[in-house]
Amino acid sequence: MLLTNTEEIPGKKIMAFYGVVSGSTVRAKHVGRDMMAGIKNIFGGELKGYTELLQESRDEAIDRMKSQASQLGANAVVNVRFSTSSVAAGAAEIYVYGTAVSVE
Amino acid sequence: MKQIIIFAVLLSLGYFFGRRAEKKHYQSIIEREEQMISLPTTSSKKVAHDKREIDHCQLVNGSMVVSVDYFKRILAKLRNFFGGNVQSYETLIDRARREAVLRMKESCPEADMVINLRLETSSITKGKKNQVGSVEVLAYGTAIYFL
Repeated sequence: MLLTNTEEIPGKKIMAFYGVVSGSTVRAKHVGRDMMAGIKNIFGGELKGYTELLQESRDEAIDRMKSQASQLGANAVVNVRFSTSSVAAGAAEIYVYGTAVSVE
Repeated sequence: MKQIIIFAVLLSLGYFFGRRAEKKHYQSIIEREEQMISLPTTSSKKVAHDKREIDHCQLVNGSMVVSVDYFKRILAKLRNFFGGNVQSYETLIDRARREAVLRMKESCPEADMVINLRLETSSITKGKKNQVGSVEVLAYGTAIYFL
């Protein structure tokens, strides 16, 4: 599955459009990580646990989008966009969407 | 009295550790930016002025979650009172942004170019009274591999 965030795939021709596909995950951090983040809020610096968590959930959202695209018979997704929002205190939603297409 | 001591301890902890971490981080950012200078990144949507043929392309991303320290939060509170540039937050977000772009570049060292770079910032945890707790910066783009 080819993914790009440009409107077309460089060097390839788009044959058919299948419409918008998307994938999302909502994840919460466990208490230990929350406590570590609380301590880090005094010292400052990177919250490695949160970086990893968001990266994992982003990968999962991409996987969900990919499986939706392959169900439609597409072999590429163009114009991929990410969005992150904190739904509740301690949980973040990752949303990925794009246009499913088939290329030669 | 007890509260003042706790406040002073937190403030000095934030000041010393935060300063040191920021200095170290900037040093490593500048070093790594020099190393990755051979991988050009643009925010334009097309590969311009290049006659080479494209082999394949790939979506790449990099992210970082950064947290403010206690000292910076107090500085920002003071700024909120007087108004003006909140410089302590400016450097924080600048650090996160440059780090995210670097991580994105480091995830595809063999690429020849990254086009359509997009940056997105979102605050992950809100502190008390809607103050910034930690900020996530995500950088993503399309890596191009020439033949």
